[in-house]
Amino acid sequence: MSKQEIRHYVCVNCPVGCDLEVTVTDGVATQVSGNACKRGIAYGLDEATDPKRTVTSLVRVTGREMPLSVRTESPVPKKLIPECIAALREIDVTPPINIGDIILENICNTGVNVIATKEIN
Amino acid sequence: MAQTLCGNPTTFKTDIAIIGAGAAGLAAAVSAYDAGVHDIMVFEREDAPGGILKQCIHNGFGLQRYKEELSGPEYAHREYAAALQRGININYAATVLSIEPNTTLRVLSPEFGLAHVEAKAIILAMGSRERTRGALRIPGTRPAGVYTAGTVQRLINLQGIVPGKEVVMLGSGDIGLIVARRLVYEGAHVKMVLNRSHFSGGLRRNIVQCLDDYGIPLRLLQTVTNVYGRDRIEAVGVSEVDKPTKQAIPGTEERVSCDMLVLSVGLIPENDLSRAAGISLDRGSQGAIVNEQYQTSVPGIFSCGNVLHVHDLVDFVSDEGERAGRSAAAYVQNEGAPEQQTATTRIVPGNGVGYVVPQLVTPAAHDDLLLRFRVRDIYHKPTISVKVDGETVKTFKRPILIPAEMVEIHLNAQLLAGHATAEIHIEAGQNS
Ligand SMILES: Cc1cc2nc3c(=O)[nH]c(=O)nc-3n(C[C@H](O)[C@H](O)[C@H](O)COP(=O)(O)OP(=O)(O)OC[C@H]3O[C@@H](n4cnc5c(N)ncnc54)[C@H](O)[C@@H]3O)c2cc1C
Ligand code: SF4
Repeated sequence: MSKQEIRHYVCVNCPVGCDLEVTVTDGVATQVSGNACKRGIAYGLDEATDPKRTVTSLVRVTGREMPLSVRTESPVPKKLIPECIAALREIDVTPPINIGDIILENICNTGVNVIATKEIN
Repeated sequence: MAQTLCGNPTTFKTDIAIIGAGAAGLAAAVSAYDAGVHDIMVFEREDAPGGILKQCIHNGFGLQRYKEELSGPEYAHREYAAALQRGININYAATVLSIEPNTTLRVLSPEFGLAHVEAKAIILAMGSRERTRGALRIPGTRPAGVYTAGTVQRLINLQGIVPGKEVVMLGSGDIGLIVARRLVYEGAHVKMVLNRSHFSGGLRRNIVQCLDDYGIPLRLLQTVTNVYGRDRIEAVGVSEVDKPTKQAIPGTEERVSCDMLVLSVGLIPENDLSRAAGISLDRGSQGAIVNEQYQTSVPGIFSCGNVLHVHDLVDFVSDEGERAGRSAAAYVQNEGAPEQQTATTRIVPGNGVGYVVPQLVTPAAHDDLLLRFRVRDIYHKPTISVKVDGETVKTFKRPILIPAEMVEIHLNAQLLAGHATAEIHIEAGQNS
């Protein structure tokens, strides 16, 4: 006998916030419903197994009061967020900086780069 | 370009004057330019464009407009680049002091001092401001350590200052939720988020990714009834709220220690200038009453973005800015639009609806009429119905409607033609 379970999530991929129902069969996410677009499927499957989030944060800028805003280029595993935040706290950047500049490569071995979201001259 | 005439104060003449260079003002400027009006002056009191987007470093912007999920500063940069590319004249540190008769502005700036700007049309794009504790009337002392969520966001994201470590938040609007997560990232402990009503004012995605992800409790039907501390806040009194009367229940107060109280109790359109200029405002939206051209009760003055009604999505702000920009351009090109006050249909918020924008629809409206509104409660599987003279002329089905999310419907304006009023009602599938 296979064990089936329905889990409920809210998709956070966009502000619509669809109510998702994810079918988990023997511990494996198999089916998603309630999603208004395709992105909800991937989100639902991930959420039931390895939730991911885009991380947005700040890094210090040498000689400036105003920090630089940054984000991960794509979502990273949720359980690594505290480590990612800690890694970003260790960094100092030096201007000039353009939007999209890579600030930190492969953060916490996630394979994801952190990029600048603001211009500093 | 604007020309300077001699005399004191300086006088500028321009076709379209825009107040504010946030998302709404920038989109309005670009669309008016693309519609053929190139003599535009934008006035922005801060020293950079983007408005509130500058401090919104989180992602969640632009999915509709750019098909990409951007942070606030990235979105602002794209909008600004479009204005820059067209050579649109944006004046920084330029504060509009008042709107005078004949579409004239009084503007103060360190560059040109006090100026009169004689425009053919004006676009209001001043955004919104936060509600404050004064508006909340919390009793107790007045110690340091009480901030609005937007102020905390600005201090952290633009000045690198974290103003507290043990935090209680009152209100669960989106700014507050985003700021709660930011505070966690900066090493603070967000003890709880209190919400007076039985539903949050914030988007569900923000409750999940800003509170649930970090184990921050959202306490519905609870509020702050006291503030303790002499110089600096030491604790707050938290009480339960009676759902039907919305009043705190005496005797339920619990003392919660903290060094910061953050108020996230919503935004209100910044309409002091509009009110002083005699522009009619809507009590529901707290913005100007406009027709489908986004023209206010004063001919030649248009309104868009958060100053018209508070938006949750910047993509819709930009869209509204474009609509207002095109209308203002047409108004200038037609040397004042023909009077259409007769045969105008008034759109009335019915059951469950807080307000509707636009409030007026003229016979000039196109077949595709866009109405935006907010509901007053949470509705599952509701029907939105449009009624004229008591008869339903159109219905829309939605999976869910919540007060935190603005609703959009598209309607054929012909359905309203010749009727004095039309009503928008929400009929509950299951109301929860
Ligand atoms: C904290 C927060 C989080 C948000 N999160 C999201 C999100 O995740 N996704 C999303 O899509 N949307 C989000 N939004 C909504 C969206 O960002 C805003 O609705 C939008 O940016 C508002 O643009 P605006 O141009 O109407 O107003 P504003 O950005 O407020 O711009 C108004 C401008 O007018 C200027 N001004 C005002 N008065 C004067 C005057 N008298 N003279 C000269 N200048 C003046 C101000 O300085 C300001 O620059 C969020 C909003 C907030 C506040
Ligand atoms: S499923 Fe698609 S539409 Fe629904 S919230 Fe997720 S991304 Fe948005």
